[in-house]
Amino acid sequence: MAQATTPFVEFDRFTKSFDTGTGVVTAVNEMSFELERGEFLAIVGPSGCGKSTLLMALAGLTQPTSGQVRVAGEAVLKPYTDLGIVFQNAELLPWRTTLQNVLLQAEIRRTSKAEATARAGELLGQVGLDGFEGRYPDELSGGMQQRVALVRALLHDPEILVMDEPFGALDALTRDQIQIDLQRLWMERRKTVVFVTHSIDEAVFLADRVLVFSPRPARIAAEFRVPLERPRHLSARTSREFGDLVGEIRGVFETLGVLSEEAK
Amino acid sequence: MSPTQQQARQAAPATAAPAGGAPAPRRRRRNLLASRYADWGLPAVLVVVLVALWQAVVSFGSVEEYVLPAPGAVLGKMFGDFSLFAEQSVPTIVAIFVGFALAIVIALPIAVAMVYSEIVRRAVYPLLIIAQVVPKVAVAPLFIIWFGFGQLPKVLMVALICFFPIVIDSLVGFRAARPESLMLVRSMGAGRWQAFWKVRWPWALPSIFAGIKVGITLAVVGAVVAEFVGADKGLGVLLMTARGDMDSLTVFASIAWLTVIGFILFILVEVLERVLLPGRKSGRRFEASGAL
Repeated sequence: MAQATTPFVEFDRFTKSFDTGTGVVTAVNEMSFELERGEFLAIVGPSGCGKSTLLMALAGLTQPTSGQVRVAGEAVLKPYTDLGIVFQNAELLPWRTTLQNVLLQAEIRRTSKAEATARAGELLGQVGLDGFEGRYPDELSGGMQQRVALVRALLHDPEILVMDEPFGALDALTRDQIQIDLQRLWMERRKTVVFVTHSIDEAVFLADRVLVFSPRPARIAAEFRVPLERPRHLSARTSREFGDLVGEIRGVFETLGVLSEEAK
Repeated sequence: MSPTQQQARQAAPATAAPAGGAPAPRRRRRNLLASRYADWGLPAVLVVVLVALWQAVVSFGSVEEYVLPAPGAVLGKMFGDFSLFAEQSVPTIVAIFVGFALAIVIALPIAVAMVYSEIVRRAVYPLLIIAQVVPKVAVAPLFIIWFGFGQLPKVLMVALICFFPIVIDSLVGFRAARPESLMLVRSMGAGRWQAFWKVRWPWALPSIFAGIKVGITLAVVGAVVAEFVGADKGLGVLLMTARGDMDSLTVFASIAWLTVIGFILFILVEVLERVLLPGRKSGRRFEASGAL
């Protein structure tokens, strides 16, 4: 079958430069990589290396300076809507309750409200937010807000989930829990996920494959498959395989000069 | 350092958000009660003290009534001649309402245009500043020359004087929407129109209301100034006439009624804000923009 061999998402010599006023800065230069349908890809890299730019280009919210992003063989030239986004901040609208924030997705898409409400309730239950439908964002903890954002991103059952350092602002314990929840939700649905993070542990724990980006202009410095069995338990983190892989990725950053034993 | 230690160290500074459970609501309610008391109780006490002081000065200082009438006398005049004040209030209040509405109707589209178009923003902004710097009281006589002694110059003066805070605060409000929120709705397939009504507009409302609150207090000033300069009726006219007769009691009563009107209008705007923006915190932003 021809379809099976075509990658679902393709970044093809993707280049993005910005005119900062004092000169042109190339954030990403001629980057190419692919994702299969249902794959969980994590991208780790230093700050400001253009990871977010890639995500926004996949969502069709920004256009590459040159090169192309293709989904199912078609170039993304306008906002690609069969997709959910989770940002580092939950980006909940403060005047809407939990349920209303989730239903924004259905309102904009003009889909059936009754169906959306039922689905929202179900998803909120799955992330442990039963009974919080009527709460406003400022009544929720950071972890809860991010769960609401996740439910909003999944409400329309999108093919692709784009996550831009979604758990970066959470404390360590909340982060562990939400990672486990995300893994469960992903295993039930097998959406294609592009997950940008600063945390090597997080990338290895969640992803099928990890891309390591160099500092700007970003290129793919290394690529790792994560051989760990799913579902992965927190105890996987203390396993030797996990530690080795994390160590290897850290080694790549040391080679790149991003991490150093010496004081900078 | 082991990988887990490393991560714990990285994550530690981000522990600002509470890990589990929503913040307890009880404490919040008590704060609200405390602030309600501070909102109304303390100012009321202060007003009573000041009025008592005023009465004391008049009683024990044997001040002439044409210099400073006693508060009791002013109150008596306010309600004793109620029909006179009521009659003269109508044109003033009408001018305030119409001028104020006019200012909002003009300010909002201009603010929207300034948000969406860089060219409009660059072209209009300096003009706004100039319009604000021009002493509007000095323009009032011109309005009388152009538009006569009726309601029109008053309406225009009110509109002119409360336009600036409304347009500036609206502009701030329309630009307050987080870019990520706008990206989010665009990725849901929202066009400009939907993005505006679902995100920009509600995000701007508290700020718009802050401008409107400043505007409504200025609107009263605008109407009175226009009436001072020249008008056939209104509380400002009554005040000027009474001043000519050295009738301080009527002057004081007029000022008192103008204050009452301004205060009620302000409260009306606040009530409207509470109705339109349930569950949102007001006040903080208003104070912040009151400095404008």
